[in-house]
Parts: sequence; C-alpha cells; structure tokens
Amino acid sequence: MGKTLFDKVWDAHVVDTIDNGPQILYIDKHLIHEVTSPQAFNELEQRNIPIFRPDQIVATADHNTPTINQHLPIKDALSRKQLEQLSENCIKNNITLYELGHKYNGIVHVMAPELGITQPGMTIVCGDSHTSTHGAFGTIAFGIGTSQVAQVFASQCLLLTKPKSLRVTVNGTLKNGVLPKDVILYIISKIGTNAGTGYFCEYAGDVFENMSMEGRMTVCNMSIEMGARGGMIAPDETTFEYVKGRKFAPKGEEFDQKVAYWKTLPTDEDAVFDKEYHFDAADIEPMLTYGTNPGMGIKISEFIPETSDASFDKALEYMDFKKGETLIGKPINFVFIGSCTNSRIEDFRIAANYIKGKQKADNVTAWLVPGSKQVEAQIIEEGLKSIFDDAGFELRQPGCSACLAMNDDKIPQGEYCVSTSNRNFEGRQGQGARTILASPLMAAATAVEGKIIDITKQLN
Amino acid sequence: MSGVERREVNMEKFKTLTATAIPLDIENVDTDQIIPARFLKATNRDGFGKNVFRDWRFQKDGSVNTNFVLNQPQFEGPILVAGDNFGCGSSREHAAWALTDYGFKVIVSSFFADIFKGNALNNGLLPVQVSPEFLKELMTTITADPKTKITVDLEAQTIGIDGSNHSEDFEIDAYKKTCMINGYDDIDYLLSKKDSIEAFEKTLQEY
Ligand code: SF4
Repeated sequence: MGKTLFDKVWDAHVVDTIDNGPQILYIDKHLIHEVTSPQAFNELEQRNIPIFRPDQIVATADHNTPTINQHLPIKDALSRKQLEQLSENCIKNNITLYELGHKYNGIVHVMAPELGITQPGMTIVCGDSHTSTHGAFGTIAFGIGTSQVAQVFASQCLLLTKPKSLRVTVNGTLKNGVLPKDVILYIISKIGTNAGTGYFCEYAGDVFENMSMEGRMTVCNMSIEMGARGGMIAPDETTFEYVKGRKFAPKGEEFDQKVAYWKTLPTDEDAVFDKEYHFDAADIEPMLTYGTNPGMGIKISEFIPETSDASFDKALEYMDFKKGETLIGKPINFVFIGSCTNSRIEDFRIAANYIKGKQKADNVTAWLVPGSKQVEAQIIEEGLKSIFDDAGFELRQPGCSACLAMNDDKIPQGEYCVSTSNRNFEGRQGQGARTILASPLMAAATAVEGKIIDITKQLN
Repeated sequence: MSGVERREVNMEKFKTLTATAIPLDIENVDTDQIIPARFLKATNRDGFGKNVFRDWRFQKDGSVNTNFVLNQPQFEGPILVAGDNFGCGSSREHAAWALTDYGFKVIVSSFFADIFKGNALNNGLLPVQVSPEFLKELMTTITADPKTKITVDLEAQTIGIDGSNHSEDFEIDAYKKTCMINGYDDIDYLLSKKDSIEAFEKTLQEY
C-alpha cells in the first residue's frame, strides 16, 4: 500500500518504537517564544540536564510584546521580565534569538518560513498550537505543551503515538473575493471543531495546488481549529520557489538535492486515509463567524442557524446575536488585520488594494499588525503604508497583538471586532470582546464601511 | 512496558480516587477560558490555580459570580466533570497547571482535545473519556446530589458512581498509564535513549 505525505515524513523521523507504546520521533527544528519556554528552561536547569541541540532551536519574542514604541523599555514589569528571561536563557544556552526590534523578529510562524528555517520534509515543533502553519511546506509541524518543550530541549525528540490520517480535498475554482481564509473557515464550519482530533490532516485538490505559499500557510494555520494536530500540503514548484534563496535555505547543489528528495514526498496514488472529506470550491463564499468557536461560521449570504442547545445559546448570548439573522449591516467599531493566520505581505496587499482611494469609517479603530519586521519593511517599501496612512488605518509594529490580547492591544468589553486572527473564543481579544473571524478583504471592507457588508456585491 | 526503568520525578502517582465531583456542564471549554492569556506572564509553574476559569468565576467588577459552579459551596472535590471537547484551543500547558494547582486530579469529559490531553497526562492530571450517555448520567447525578462519590480506578481503567452499579471502562495509552501510576515523566526515558538518538542523527544526513 502506498504512503501518505504524512507517513513519509513521520517514518523518516522515527528513532525507535516502544512495544505497545509511543514512538520516539526526532525533531529537526524547535521554535520557541517567551511565554511557553521559561518553565521548560527552569526544569532542565533544576534537573541539571543540558540542552541537547541548541543549534536546532530558534527563538523569537512575539506573544507578549508591545506593538508600538518597541524601541522603548517595556512598561509592564511581568512582560519585561518574560522577555529578559528569554534573552538570558538563549544567551546561556547558545540559542539564536531574534529579540524585539531585531530585523528578523516576528510572530514565530511568520518569521521561520520567511527565513527559510521551515523546509519540506522536516519535523518542526513549538510551544504554540498554530505551529500547524508550517505544514504548508509539506512539513510535520505541530504545537506542544511546555513539558514537551523540555523533552525536546533534553533530547531533540518526543514520545508520540502516530496520529490517524485525514484528507480534505477541495477541487474547482474559487469565486471572486473568496480567499484562503474563507476556504479554511468554510471547511471548519462544515466538519466541526473536533472532526480532526486524533488526526493529521492533508489538504489536497486544485484549490490548494493553485494557492500561494502565504495562502497555504493561512489554511494549515487553522488546522488546529478543527482539532487536528497539524495540516499539510504536498510540496511542489510553488514551495520550492518560495524556499529558494531564503536565508537558511540550502544553497546551490545542496538545494537541488533537497528538491529531488522533496519531490518524492507527495502522497502516493494508492495511499489510504482513515477519513476523507470532499468539497466543491464553487460552494465557498466569503465567510464570517457568529459564535465563540471557529466552527460557528456562515457564508456571507447565510443566516445564523436556528440550532438549539445550551452551548449554542450561550455563544449567541455572549455575541448578542439572534438565531436566523444575517450579519450584513452589523455596525462594527474594531477591525484587526494581523496574527499568524493573516499578517503576511500578501494579506496587506489584498487589504491595501481594496482600501486604496477609500477612507476608513469614523466609528472604526483599525489596527494593522504585520507578522514580522520583514513584512513591516516590505509594507513600507511597496508603498502600502502610505495607502493605509491616507485611509486612516493604524500600522503598528509586529507581534501577536490583539490575536490573544496579552499586551495592551485589547478590544474593549462588549465591542465587536472583525478580525483576521484564528480564534473567536470568549474573551480571546480582551475581556468581554466579541470576535468575528474573517478574511483580510472582509476586514478591510468592514473598516471602510463601518459595518459588515456583502463584499461579493461590490466585486461583481 | 518493556525497557522503561526510570527514577521517579516530580509527578504525583495516581492509582485510584474516590471523591465528590464538580459538574461543569459547558461544551468546548477552551484553554483560554481555563486560564486567560493575560495570566500567562509568569515564568514558573506555580500559582495559576487562583486564576483558573477566572472570567467565569468573577464578574467584570471583580466580584464573585455566584452562578458559576466552582463558586457554589455544595459542589466540591478533585474531579471535574465537563462537557464535550474539553481543552480545545491554545496549547498552553498553563491550563493543566491551573487545574492541578486548584486541586483537580481528574477531568471527565466525552471528548478531549489532543494537546490538552497530553499536557494533563504530563502533569499527573488524569483525563477520563466516557461515553456521552455516561457523561450525561454523571452530570445529572452530581447536580441532583452533590455528595455523590465517583470512583476512578486507573489500574482497572474504570469510572463508577458509588452506590449504584453504573460504571464504565475508559481507554488510556498503556505507556501513559504506567507513567501515571508510577509518577514517571518522559524526559528520563528519552535521556536513556541518547545513543539511539545520536545514531539516528547520523542517518539524517541522507536527505
Ligand atoms: S498570532 Fe495569535 S495564534 Fe498566532 S502565535 Fe500569536 S497568539 Fe498564537
């Protein structure tokens, strides 16, 4: 029987198998950040265990960093301490760190791919659930807890039971105005937030084949929102082109050899998946969420379902929405374009292209938060910043920002925020904040109109 | 389990537990609810318990939300019985630390998110997955009589309602079961495999 992309990469990294137990999986790259690593460093230090492979670890500061005045000392004492501790730990252990202000600093899942750290066929872990993003390269990448961060520190390995395989195929042509974010929100709305639990997902079909790397990252990023530990897309010419020439990408002959290997990775024709879903691209529209988990999404033309159960009712009460109503026309005061889902240059190009020549509505506070210093530089270089400035949008400095509201970037109590991030949980963007997940295009349009509109009407 | 000989580490051992339980009849409890992001600034593992379910336990003005089950004095105990898909969302292990720090030893649900389940097991917190029917029965029984005792037997892999013959078997990875019962964690095991890991690294050059 043939092997899946996931099987090939997984099997190539198995060091050993415990009888009736998990396997020891070798980890090529370990990404760390300030929030989930300190306790792991402490644990190793207490147990007097050295870091096994510091060269395979890369650190960045992103979750807890301010997005204005990054050159000034951080005001919040606890946040400052967390960053200081990261620096100390990295220096002490010879770990590469792109700290706040460094030209390569950024959200861990934006920074690593753009530096060519992420490559096909690798295993990558990080103490962050959206590590699934890197799967866009045909990489096994997944989030781990802090105890596992300590395990990888100690041994560059993890004890894991091989997950089951799931494939989501989307064929056809996407409609005008339908972006990768809509594709993944659509999939999650159809299969639910735990359809993927226990599985690793592969996305297949011409919709993904025709997608840019940025788009593929947006899709794989949200695999965790359907419960899957990770998602993958087979590496192809688009992948190789993206990786080529990046800072840590293999060069010259080595690159060619790698490409030859990477070409062997796609799923064999006769491989069998444990579970499969098929969708038609033509059925997808711009998507919005109306509830408090990413599975509670509808197409722009649809109405909030009339479902009745306690959790559903609780979610609608939190959002202050009614069953059977449309979201079109809802006044919105906050718009956030950012997070590891949608903060790459392509996302800002899409937003700028829509915003150009228009003005932000007066009632809206619109935050644009690039995923990395490199994206920020590109925004300026390509002249997008002046479009944003002219339209009244606020371009901030890179970081996770209002995606998880650990810093000051919080949406106030009771306010709605149309957000390009990945989680609409209660309080995720600030206590009592109400998040509506959407694509960067829908977010830009909301900021201009001051309310939710049916973008397809404008485009057609 | 073959070949696993390790010293005991900081994890507590777990064999059986008979205790009262707290019913949290909410589905899709995500780790942002268990411990909101603004409390993740600490650099050690301790003290997260005081902020567990913070935004449900307290009102916006800081006063206690008496409607929330953790604040209702009739309910207490080290077992949390929660709705489907518990622990989804962020990978933050702080969620497991907050629950154990608060005093929970067992979480019962009809479904657990992957990463949370792993994090719980790595911290001596036992996730017990039961059928939706049994979950419902547990929820109803505890709510009607908060003094009801639940017995969780890890060795036998059973969970039962005391004073009734209602019980159910639950699944747990054999390796993780050994770890829980003996208080082992994975690091020592991985360290004992260093030679194979180094040998494996040499073969990696091939791609
Ligand atoms: S942007 Fe949001 S989802 Fe992404 S790593 Fe940061 S906090 Fe996590």
